[in-house]
Amino acid sequence: MAEGNIYSAALMEHNAHPDYKYEMDDPTHVHEGVNPSCGDQITLALRVEDGVITECAFTGSGCAVSQASTDIMADLVTDETVETAQHLADLFMKMIRGEADEDELEELGEAAELKGIALMPARVKCAELGWRTLDVILKDQA
Amino acid sequence: MTADQRPKLHGLDMLTEKGRAEWDAAGMQVSVLAESPYKKDFPLLAANPQLAFLDSAATAQRPTAVLDAQRSFYETMNANALRGLYKLSVQATEAIEAARAHVATFLGLSERDACDILYCRNTSEALNLVAYSFGSMVLKEGDEVCITVMEHHSNLIPWQQACARAGAKLVYLYPDEQGFISEDEMRAKIGPRTKIVAATHVSNVLGVCNDVALMAKIAHEHGAYMVVDAAQSVPHMPINIPELGCDFFAFSGHKAFGPFGIGVLWGRHDLLEAMPPFLTGGEMISSVTEQDAVWAPLPEKFEAGTQDAAGIFGLDAALTYIEEAGFEALQAREQALVNVCMHRLGELEFVRIIGPDDPAAHHGAISFNVCTVHPHDVASILDMDDVAIRAGHHCAQPLLAYLNVESCCRASLAFYNDSGDIDKLIRGLKHVYSMFHG
Repeated sequence: MAEGNIYSAALMEHNAHPDYKYEMDDPTHVHEGVNPSCGDQITLALRVEDGVITECAFTGSGCAVSQASTDIMADLVTDETVETAQHLADLFMKMIRGEADEDELEELGEAAELKGIALMPARVKCAELGWRTLDVILKDQA
Repeated sequence: MTADQRPKLHGLDMLTEKGRAEWDAAGMQVSVLAESPYKKDFPLLAANPQLAFLDSAATAQRPTAVLDAQRSFYETMNANALRGLYKLSVQATEAIEAARAHVATFLGLSERDACDILYCRNTSEALNLVAYSFGSMVLKEGDEVCITVMEHHSNLIPWQQACARAGAKLVYLYPDEQGFISEDEMRAKIGPRTKIVAATHVSNVLGVCNDVALMAKIAHEHGAYMVVDAAQSVPHMPINIPELGCDFFAFSGHKAFGPFGIGVLWGRHDLLEAMPPFLTGGEMISSVTEQDAVWAPLPEKFEAGTQDAAGIFGLDAALTYIEEAGFEALQAREQALVNVCMHRLGELEFVRIIGPDDPAAHHGAISFNVCTVHPHDVASILDMDDVAIRAGHHCAQPLLAYLNVESCCRASLAFYNDSGDIDKLIRGLKHVYSMFHG
């Protein structure tokens, strides 16, 4: 298989067993994200208390990349402040553009496994879906 | 998916190892599929032997003859056709008009009908021309336009828009479980209120060939007109427009081994004469005053602006390539490839084929899904193994909604493929499945 395989063991694991894919009771924020061209769809729910994301969950359907990337994101931002979550979302977008350095990739933890998506323009939207949806909530509502 | 839920492939059980001799005896010559005698004619395929290109329904590869023709146009006769009074321009004009006559005969018309062959960018532009110019002329409030649910968006949106402009109703023909639209369905939907019937000749998803000749007959019984989207049929079968009996017929060069950016619309002469122009401007007029203009005769009336003369010259070469190879040989090879491909896909218990069971009904296109794996993941992983397929909604969202499929994969074959390409697809699909269920 060629370089740039984004279908890592971690991604396949998050796709097969997404810990954060469930319907949240009484979220403080909900937003739907869609990729019209491929049919990926998620509904992202957050519970924000005192400026901290105490719970993050999603429902929806789509390709392995969109679903696993959202699950990895939910794991990463849970128990983080809104500011930190926004910082991570910005870093993720930077990584997708191929501009993140080693230290920044380290901050992104498991999400850095999706670095190779920068080489697959057709799939960038899939990897970004969760993060873009989070970004909308953080910028407009939280 | 249990064994009985899987589609049955009639008459293909002979293609097991032990049945190979029988298959060869039946004239399918599996052994000749091993190596494509055509790949050497297609530079991109010849230069990439590792590539299994299975997306010809999106755009075909081009033979050297087409690429050489385009280059030679620019090198030997490049000038703006129609305008100049010098030798080069005359030569360019002659090339365009010779190609026009060739297109006419290729479609089963006579060279005298060449003036009814209109050059445009592609099938979409051709169908927009019909929907705007002809639609605006004939559609009134309360009329009906009848299309099929398996239209590519290019033969759907123009009619949605034309109906919205006129206050007409868009009516759909639906296929049976095997993808075929019955005469009963046609007679139930095409009636006295129908003004236009517009249908795809071959579906880009299901591969089925619609009986557009019968649709045309029924349409004409009710005084309606028949428009055929032939983007997917022209590359796969000989065409005879008089036999189809339609009123408009559109196809794209790039799916028929010709260049991008050149398409063809044929229209019935009296209708084209009566229709207003679609695009206006240079070269489509006889005379212009400050406040008025007189349109040029056919075909120039519908060809505003400078034409892609090199593209037209390339299309001419593509048609010649097909004629010299011979449709009979091309179709036989393509059908044998589809037979083998469907049989081998049918052997994969995790693959569900979408469309008719009969391989002869597929015309190169085989849509399918891999159990629990999203088509985009399938296509991305196949791409890592150098197998190029299409995945998504195939610009046919209403059809996928009707089939209750969110999206699907499509492998589309052309005569230049070989059994090695199919081997790579099958190996790649096993790889996809093992990654998700390994």
